[in-house]
Amino acid sequence: MLEANRAVPAQDDATLVDLMAAVAAKRDREAFGQLFDHFAPRVKGYICRLGVEPASAEDLVQDVMLTVWRRAEQFDPAKAGVATWIFTIARNRRIDVIRRERRPEPDPNDPALVPDRELEADAALAQKQDGGRLRRAVAELPDDQAQLLRLAYFEDKTQSVIAAELNLPLGTVKSRIRLAMTKLRSQLAELE
Amino acid sequence: MPSFHAEDEHLMAYAAGSLAEPIALLVATHLALCPSCRARVGSFEAVGGALLETLDTVTTDRSLRDAVLARLDETDAEPAPAPRPAKAGPVDLRVPEPLRGYLGSRLDDLAWKPRGPVDEVRILPDHAGITSRLFRIKAGTAMPRHTHEGSELTLVLSGGFTDRGDHFLRGDVAAADSGVDHCPLADTDEDCYCFAVNDAPLRLTGRLGRLLNPFIRI
Ligand SMILES: [Zn+2]
Repeated sequence: MLEANRAVPAQDDATLVDLMAAVAAKRDREAFGQLFDHFAPRVKGYICRLGVEPASAEDLVQDVMLTVWRRAEQFDPAKAGVATWIFTIARNRRIDVIRRERRPEPDPNDPALVPDRELEADAALAQKQDGGRLRRAVAELPDDQAQLLRLAYFEDKTQSVIAAELNLPLGTVKSRIRLAMTKLRSQLAELE
Repeated sequence: MPSFHAEDEHLMAYAAGSLAEPIALLVATHLALCPSCRARVGSFEAVGGALLETLDTVTTDRSLRDAVLARLDETDAEPAPAPRPAKAGPVDLRVPEPLRGYLGSRLDDLAWKPRGPVDEVRILPDHAGITSRLFRIKAGTAMPRHTHEGSELTLVLSGGFTDRGDHFLRGDVAAADSGVDHCPLADTDEDCYCFAVNDAPLRLTGRLGRLLNPFIRI
């Protein structure tokens, strides 16, 4: 029954948020199945780009999707879109499993943490509502900029490594990434 | 709010998950003190989400879907992870998480080793040529004049110092690229504690420093 997976259905942001809510509130397996159909091939694409063999990649996909199920209640649509939240889970799992490193993160309950101001909370909300715009902006980036972003995000490469591999001066890599981010950030809430 | 922030290059790499652990630790500890950089990391993560959505998909085997769905009950039955045991003694609020968790005790109780005019404690084992350590610079003293082959990131935890005309306080990140020759000077009113990450060894350059170079690896 491989054909069942051939078409990866596109889902809009609102639908994805509803599916997450159904998983969190009702442990809705049908909703989870739809999230799986949408995200598993994407998460696998992400992990394969990092150079993991297909068999181990599927183990990691399984691990990521079960984490989505387990932590569904922690998903907060006011803070991030579903794709962003799942991206961070996949990123953390691969640091843990592939790199075997800890991922240091601030603890939101730490009394030493300086809390968000109104400004940051508003920005997060605006940003999450702009998920579709951001996606279109990513799709419209010139090839040279999009390629660099994909290398930075999906191949675990620092800007110096990217520069060496593409035989470009480091300054060129930095300025292309900066250009791309400036374009994308105009689609996100400004924070300055 | 800090005045000197982590660079976008580091914030993006942190969001992408490509920073080596010691640098990620410094960036994450700055994030605890800097809502503005946290929001920026949020933006970079949103870019990661958008890239994930637009990435070429790789078909998963039907059996994977079945396997995952079959494990949902089992996953629900797993006991919740035990809460982390509370550390004995009062929390040292000068050190935010995640750095505090790497130290295991209050700043004053760490095994400080004198290195010339400053004291230091190594944090993580050296990692891909990256050294991470805490420095304690006595009030009013200067670090020995030094330069580095690689780059140096320094996060102030308490007190402050002046370097090349800039004044750095709690939460600030001071970045010195390779070739910078400097001797940060601690404020006179209190000792300065900072967390520093270097991706190549330091070389002492002052007159006294050159004499000390063979003996201390700062
Ligand atoms: Zn900052």
